[in-house]
Amino acid sequence: MTTPVHIGFIPLVDAAALIVAVDKGFTAAEGLDVTLVREVSWSNVRDKLNIGLFDAAHLLAPVAIASSLGIGHVKVPIVAPFNLGLNGNAITVSPALHGAIMAEIDGDPFDPMATALALSRVVATRRKSGADPLTFGMTFPFSTHNYQLRFWMAAGGVDPDEDVRLVVLPPPYMVESIASGQIDGFCVGAPWNSIAVDRGVGHILHFVADILVRAAEKVLAIRQSWSDKNPEVVAALIRATFLAAEFIERPHNRAETARLLAQPARIGVDAEVIRRTLDGRLKILPDGTMRESSRYLLVGREGAARPDPAQAAWLYAQMVRWGQASISLEALKTAKAVFRADLYDAALEHTAKPATPDASDAVGAFAGPAFDADDIAGHLAAFRIGHPKS
Amino acid sequence: MGTESSPKIVIVDESPIRAAILEEGLREAGFTSVAHISEMQSLLARIYALDPDVIVIDLENPSRDVLEQMFQVSRAVRRPIAMFVDQSDAASIQASVDAGVSAYIVDGLKKERLKPILDLCISRFNAFAKLQDELERAKSALEDRKVIDRAKGILMKLKGLTEDEAYVLLRSTAMREKKKIGEIAQSILTASELLK
Repeated sequence: MTTPVHIGFIPLVDAAALIVAVDKGFTAAEGLDVTLVREVSWSNVRDKLNIGLFDAAHLLAPVAIASSLGIGHVKVPIVAPFNLGLNGNAITVSPALHGAIMAEIDGDPFDPMATALALSRVVATRRKSGADPLTFGMTFPFSTHNYQLRFWMAAGGVDPDEDVRLVVLPPPYMVESIASGQIDGFCVGAPWNSIAVDRGVGHILHFVADILVRAAEKVLAIRQSWSDKNPEVVAALIRATFLAAEFIERPHNRAETARLLAQPARIGVDAEVIRRTLDGRLKILPDGTMRESSRYLLVGREGAARPDPAQAAWLYAQMVRWGQASISLEALKTAKAVFRADLYDAALEHTAKPATPDASDAVGAFAGPAFDADDIAGHLAAFRIGHPKS
Repeated sequence: MGTESSPKIVIVDESPIRAAILEEGLREAGFTSVAHISEMQSLLARIYALDPDVIVIDLENPSRDVLEQMFQVSRAVRRPIAMFVDQSDAASIQASVDAGVSAYIVDGLKKERLKPILDLCISRFNAFAKLQDELERAKSALEDRKVIDRAKGILMKLKGLTEDEAYVLLRSTAMREKKKIGEIAQSILTASELLK
């Protein structure tokens, strides 16, 4: 007897654990007959998950939280029992903006504080000369990309709602839009930053790991009602994606992983580009300059797959900081409860799991005090720029 | 907003045929102010230039996420929008997702005024899908007929059969092998290519 399960995904490298779980047969071994459905927008993934066309989905972590809080859309409680990836995004800017930032920079170009301060000087100069404000693309209002861009620039004194424009763009349109000059930069996941560099229209300014040491990115999202009714299926899904994540993290499996992900029905881009992301070795400039980071994208290693409620709290804090959500202890509790470490632990009770490094700060942001998941108001008070709901 | 008579509707759809079908349906139903955006570059700016009360978008369009941004008030967003569905409207969202269309209302328009517009879009989208389906089937039937004609020709030449006899042979083989006649015909073509 196999159980049919429909899972939606967006063609991005951080869907790797799901795709490998299905295409390497880990889900079949758990008795699941998974159909992966490729989608074109996060709104579609969210709606199809909400109404039950999908049983589970590869979803932006903040969308799972927003849906559970009922902000931005219909309130549908979601659980995230498995974290599909930590980090994995990058900020890419046009060659012109890169030049302008580098002309103003005082310090290490990989130090996000130095680039954010340089950006604020570029913004001030543009304002004086009457130039249009800079425009940055991100993928969704409730996205890590939105919050990461905002966190970075605000640290340097740039108000993301006043000093620049932030616009939502579907990831496949980012490269086109930066090439045509409609946007000056973007924050997006793989493979789009690399594609912009390969086409010579973008320079990768930062890996998100420069901004946050650990940032929950995509989760395996399941409707809470469905999860409650099908605990065995959920546990089987967790085990299968866990094995897939372990598989992906073994360096000798990287080539095969990249080949699986590159299939036209999956991500559908060159395996070599995907491989760069998995290895954390990216070409950052069109002239071929490479940069390597062991923290570029974490799929499973360092306990990345285990949902961490402190990460959910950080994302909720960003919603509060930028006026998407009201602040309340109740909402904070709801947000944290989306990340179900208990389901992960129960499903993998008899499995050896990678340990999560001991850190006093679950997030490790480059600016501001250590994150306190229990005191959002106190934490946000440390940041000068913000637009909380009044 | 002075739109009591007819709200201004913008259709965001990269398919010109479907957009035309939708537009026609809306006009027939008395919605006289309908515009169509087929170009997704600077979508937000195009929408603002038209300043609609209602936005209709197909679900296969990645730019749907761009509209979600309009839920938020920010520098880039002047008039916030909402998706038509609300908490009490599960049936509506189900029907529209099934049909592949989604509608948004711009700040100010009453929700009940959107319902007939959405219903109409859903039925037109379904009609379009059916049309496309029939077109696909007609196309593959035509393809089949061409293949069958060529296979008949080969059989007539090789086995000295009449056209009718060749067809009967194809049909009986298909029945025996529980396959479509088009598939048998295709295998004859493939075999004859190989044996050339």
